[in-house]
Amino acid sequence: MTATGIGAPVRRKEDQRFVTGQGRYVDDFNRPGQAHAYFLRSPHAHAAIRSIDTGPAMIMPGVIAVFTGDDLAADKIGGLICGWMIHSKDGSPMKAGPHPALAQGKVRYVGDHVAVVIAETLAQAKDAAEAIVVHYDVLPAVVDTAQAAKASVQVHDVSPDNTVFNWHLGNKDETEAAFARAKHVTKIDLVNNRLVPNPIEPRAAVGEYDLGTDNYTLYTTSQNPHVARLVLSAFIGVAPEHKLRVIAPDVGGGFGSKIFIYAEETVCVWAAKKVKRPVKWTSDRSEAFLSDAHGRDHVTHAEMATDENGKIIGLRVHTTANLGAYLSTFSSSVPTYLYAPLLSGQYDIPAIYCEVDAVYTNTAPVDAYRGAGRPEATFVVERLVEKTARELRQDPAEFRRRNYITQFPHATPVIMTYDTGDYAASLDKALEIADYKNFQQRKQESARRGKLRGIGFSSYIEACGIAPSQAVGSLGAGVGLWESAEVRVNPTGSVEVLTGSHSHGQGHETTFAQLVSDRLGISIDQVSIVHGDTDKVQFGMGTYGSRSGAVGMSAIAKAIDKVIAKGKKVAAHVLEASEGDIEFKDGRFGVAGTDRSMAFGEIALQAYIAHKFSGQDLEPGLKEGAFYDPTNFTFPAGVHICEVEIDPDTGVTKIERWTAVDDFGVIINPMIVEGQVHGGIAQGVGQALLEGAVYDQSGQLITASFNDYCMPRAIDLPAFQVGMTVTPCPSNPLGIKGCGEAGAIAAPPAVINAITDALGHEDIAMPATPQAVWRAAQKARMPMAAE
Amino acid sequence: MTTVSLTVNGQSVTADVDPRTLLVQFLRDNLRLTGTHVGCDTSQCGACVVHLNGQAVKSCTTLAVQANASVVTTIEGIAQGGELHPMQAAFREHHGLQCGYCTPGMIMSAIDIVNRKGNTLDEQTIRAELEGNLCRCTGYHNIVKAVAAGAKGMAQAPLQQAAE
Repeated sequence: MTATGIGAPVRRKEDQRFVTGQGRYVDDFNRPGQAHAYFLRSPHAHAAIRSIDTGPAMIMPGVIAVFTGDDLAADKIGGLICGWMIHSKDGSPMKAGPHPALAQGKVRYVGDHVAVVIAETLAQAKDAAEAIVVHYDVLPAVVDTAQAAKASVQVHDVSPDNTVFNWHLGNKDETEAAFARAKHVTKIDLVNNRLVPNPIEPRAAVGEYDLGTDNYTLYTTSQNPHVARLVLSAFIGVAPEHKLRVIAPDVGGGFGSKIFIYAEETVCVWAAKKVKRPVKWTSDRSEAFLSDAHGRDHVTHAEMATDENGKIIGLRVHTTANLGAYLSTFSSSVPTYLYAPLLSGQYDIPAIYCEVDAVYTNTAPVDAYRGAGRPEATFVVERLVEKTARELRQDPAEFRRRNYITQFPHATPVIMTYDTGDYAASLDKALEIADYKNFQQRKQESARRGKLRGIGFSSYIEACGIAPSQAVGSLGAGVGLWESAEVRVNPTGSVEVLTGSHSHGQGHETTFAQLVSDRLGISIDQVSIVHGDTDKVQFGMGTYGSRSGAVGMSAIAKAIDKVIAKGKKVAAHVLEASEGDIEFKDGRFGVAGTDRSMAFGEIALQAYIAHKFSGQDLEPGLKEGAFYDPTNFTFPAGVHICEVEIDPDTGVTKIERWTAVDDFGVIINPMIVEGQVHGGIAQGVGQALLEGAVYDQSGQLITASFNDYCMPRAIDLPAFQVGMTVTPCPSNPLGIKGCGEAGAIAAPPAVINAITDALGHEDIAMPATPQAVWRAAQKARMPMAAE
Repeated sequence: MTTVSLTVNGQSVTADVDPRTLLVQFLRDNLRLTGTHVGCDTSQCGACVVHLNGQAVKSCTTLAVQANASVVTTIEGIAQGGELHPMQAAFREHHGLQCGYCTPGMIMSAIDIVNRKGNTLDEQTIRAELEGNLCRCTGYHNIVKAVAAGAKGMAQAPLQQAAE
């Protein structure tokens, strides 16, 4: 391992600009002549729009234009799309209602886009928006996930019962047979609470149109700028693909919420041409709460069957998934193919059957949020496994161990083939770090102080990479899910890597440079990573699903291999040897068995001056590209152990210890990987203890600010004990599995398993706030009194 | 319009502003000091923290006119002579940032914590004192380490503190 190669905890290259305030986020861009957009949003969850009078707004100071859905329709601007087709059990396609960027005739959630004001200043645009007169016929709203399909309210005409699809996966008959012969059946009802992603940078967009060249530019807070360009051009029809440049510069966190193609950026690009001025929109936090896609929101009943030996023999799951008022970009994939295929967990379960009913409600659209389907699956599996172990009076760690998959590859009954793993190794290491053997002593010590101590396990698995293309295509994805890279070697031997991945906190400028440094034997200072600009990088699929290491870096590795192969051809001419005798090692091209060699940079120069070879036989230059499509998903897995102490008098839960042992395959930069684990755990703990998006019955979001929606703060979290085990991933050339989502997937059941262990009963929902825990603690003390 | 005159990062600045202009808008829009960020509209997240006369304030809840005749220091003003401030260096060294958006506010708050609480800070003190700053990326683990290390670093670099 070199100081800056694979495996080294290299300090991040990007940090110099971030710690000095020189990062460039979308809102930092101001274009000459820029005007400001402000969206008038629906105050009602559900209403027919009788009329919109923009006249009074048009005469307000500074107003340049006011547009409504009619203006978009007149320009034949299409609606927003959902790019993943799901078919119901009966073979019928999902029922996708229209999703106009600005409302046409109806609003379907609080925050839905009614009109946009373009003005000289943001303050003027806001003032003018208040002058728009909208006559609404307010309709009753449906907000409750479990009740949506039975409600008399109808969100979309295409779906009379508010059902988007009734989908299933697995083998129903085999599962029923397993339950018929089960010795024991454990049942559980779960709510996976609705979350708001809340990256600290709110979404923003600047649209620009050049009348002379007919070119459009969009600066946007995106995790996948090429996908945004494709959707804006091919589906929404705002601008032709080759005329639209999308730039996603520094982006302040995404967690999924910046994957999607929203109304606001669509309108900014379109309006820039209409008003012949750059148009800027920056979300404030209140708008973000209302209109960023939310996450999770499942209601689930699940049952686990075990035989007389304590072996899991069957799992059946019924989930109702709330997709909100419209189908967001990838929403349909989240409660289906990103969910049910993970229901086997780390366990050898011969029969699994899962049904998912997806529903419309008058709430913000729900889509992928860190983990996307996999946290929901893990919550089901790990809560059920824990409850089963308790009902069978078995140690939860040993019950898990007995049911672990130990032979690979392993085909589950829910379409996945796990390639590799060593789950017992992670469990053993986690038990040791967590000092599990002395837990009972600590519990007794807490009891002496009147406190309730509990321990909770989460033995999670996830499927990352979201690939290969052929597989996701067969499951309904509208796109391929490979990644691209181009490695440009300059005549001086420095290297630019153009990648279709996008960094919004993951540190790609460092880790991707480490790969180049490792392979080419040059310093990371000689490497620049270029991303986030469709004029520079030809195409790419972007960053989500923990895919940038496994897929994005594999594309770079493939391109580097081509660079080395070309370099060998150049070196053969320069060193006057046959190509087969050229070796590349430690940054030098040499002739095998001799001391003749030249440094990588020297060969790069020779490639460009091309004096030593005929351009007829060997093209000058040193630049190679690659598209990499993996052979399988990757399967990161691990064990997290949470230990809590509850004060039964206040209901406050304090996390005393957190142990995380994860197998991410080969690790490029352990410092960055551990940071990803920390951040994921924090979001998972947030879900378990603090966060929850709550709509009232009229569809008003009553947790629509940081005052009302409880974000995790430093004081809410412990220091984390993080350990690693490694089984290299066989599905990509680097052996990487991915690490971005693990913490958020693992954490919620670990916390709730710990709390239920402490309380001695299973009846606690997320978020387990002090009030909820206090009530549960009282119930545990005096079962009758609290009824 | 109202005239405000103040010192920002050692430079005298005078401008005519709409009286409702927030200090953060003045810094970002008038002075193009875009290192100070806006992450919320309820004074909760702390991405906008700057120093006003040596004390941390949330510039999203401070009017520009309130800063009249004052000394303001932003994230752009704490490195001296090309050397990172010890707190900036500690955030980089301990991986106390990921996306970088909350980082300027975190660093300005952290310096203020050290100024108030001294150079030896235990974990609980740091966690409690970071109450006004939200980070969605790091889980705070490495921020806490960075603040403790930065506090020690500030003790070893008295010139840096004097420059603040």
